[in-house]
Amino acid sequence: MSNHRLIVKNLTVSYDRVPALHHIDLELSCGHCIGLLGPNGAGKTTLIRALANLIDKESGSIELKGHFESKLSPRISYLPQRSAVDWDFPITVRGMVEMGRFPELGAWKSFSAHDRSVVQEALSVTKLLALADRQINALSGGQQQRAFLARAWAQEAEVYLLDEPFAALDANAQSELQVLLHEMVRLGKLIVVSHHDLKSVPELFDRVILLNGELIASGTLAEAFTSENIARTYSVPAFTGEPR
Amino acid sequence: MSWLLEPFRFEFLQKALMGCILIGFTNGYLSTFIVLRRNALLADGLAHALLPGLAVSAIFFGLNPFGLFLGALLAALLVVLGGKMISHNSRLKDDTSIGALYIFAFALGILLLKYSAVRIDLTHFLFGNVLGLSNMDLWLTYGISFTIVLSLTVLQRHLLLVIFDPTVARSLGIRVAWLDYLLIGLMVMAMISSLQAVGVVLSLGLLILPAATLYLLSDSYPTMIWGGALLGTTGAILGLLVSYWIDVPSGPSIVMVLSFFFLLAYLFGPKYGLVRKILKSSHLHEESLRRWKK
Repeated sequence: MSNHRLIVKNLTVSYDRVPALHHIDLELSCGHCIGLLGPNGAGKTTLIRALANLIDKESGSIELKGHFESKLSPRISYLPQRSAVDWDFPITVRGMVEMGRFPELGAWKSFSAHDRSVVQEALSVTKLLALADRQINALSGGQQQRAFLARAWAQEAEVYLLDEPFAALDANAQSELQVLLHEMVRLGKLIVVSHHDLKSVPELFDRVILLNGELIASGTLAEAFTSENIARTYSVPAFTGEPR
Repeated sequence: MSWLLEPFRFEFLQKALMGCILIGFTNGYLSTFIVLRRNALLADGLAHALLPGLAVSAIFFGLNPFGLFLGALLAALLVVLGGKMISHNSRLKDDTSIGALYIFAFALGILLLKYSAVRIDLTHFLFGNVLGLSNMDLWLTYGISFTIVLSLTVLQRHLLLVIFDPTVARSLGIRVAWLDYLLIGLMVMAMISSLQAVGVVLSLGLLILPAATLYLLSDSYPTMIWGGALLGTTGAILGLLVSYWIDVPSGPSIVMVLSFFFLLAYLFGPKYGLVRKILKSSHLHEESLRRWKK
């Protein structure tokens, strides 16, 4: 089992000087599938985007601890909403997954046997081998989601950040994605998923983070996913730092 | 074969041929990035925005190619940055603010050309004349082509990441805005290099049509990039020959040849062509009718 840990210390993020997340402290270890829960406006997307280095931090630090062979590829990968990319881009599924190698390869290095085998592994883990030579515009919604995961795998990411991946997927695609995420967890990856459907939490995740502008609770389902914590997360207006 | 080479006895046509090869290849190579980044309309705006820069530099330095180059570059940058500033500080979006600024710049350019010390025919800037290429023009074109092809080759992977998935590119630490500005800068340089040959407005044809044609034919971006370069070169040379044979201006002739290829691809493309689409849909319909009758 991998011993990589994602450590967040005193993270505060704000939009136009108005804080959206307050002093978050978290320590997440790889090999878990973590549900990020909270009402609208609780800062779920903000936390994911901050972890992905997409927005500036007001204060605090985010660090991935562990041993890595290469420092070139970012080990934390963000999976965009499916609508964020142009699916008419002239590229095959394999070509898209190969893009995951670009940060490691830089401008000049050509594809090596190692790069090819990483791409092959990514396609195989995500069960996309049969579709590898298809155009990406021929993929279904669930397959597009898997193609994103494959590209992140090819980047040799340890941490996968997914923003509401189950929304807008049909029941079959949802359960396929669930199986895949559990397989990736078994292989030692850390998966963080923002999610709004509380009913499906126990079958999807083994740990949760409850968020409401500030951190309410974080831990295993038994520790953190208690009715008391859920009530505290959802019944109170989001913490804004303003006096009530 | 001799009839094909016959025109190139003349030195001015040899120069024109060299110029066409350079700008055809460079613009064609760049066009894939512009089409995939959906910058075609921005390119249109920029092409018009060059005019006041050209006019001002003609007033101060006459028709020196390097003066014209700097003037045009400055004018285009002012329009893009000004447009971005307006959209940032108001509720207008980029397309509107840049659209408003470029048409203002275009009008200003036409007015300013009236005050130029050297008498300049507006049609020269608007439509160019590849037969009038000077040695200095050619050197400038060499330099620009080299810069563009080198930059695109070195930055190709980063550019593709940005074009395909800007959010993830940003999370990987790639400076997306910086690469966008670079692409705009390269676009302006390409336009300036084809200014003398096809003019401000028609330069757009070389920047958009090659990749637009290949996009209708191919599902692979390397094919698009190299095919675009090849098509741009072929179109420029053919256009030059046609303009010599039937005695028409070279700029429109080049754009007509490229448009002809585009039309062919649009109609007869094996996968995305219109004809195929029509045939395919009737086929499916018949099949469903047959099933329904059973």
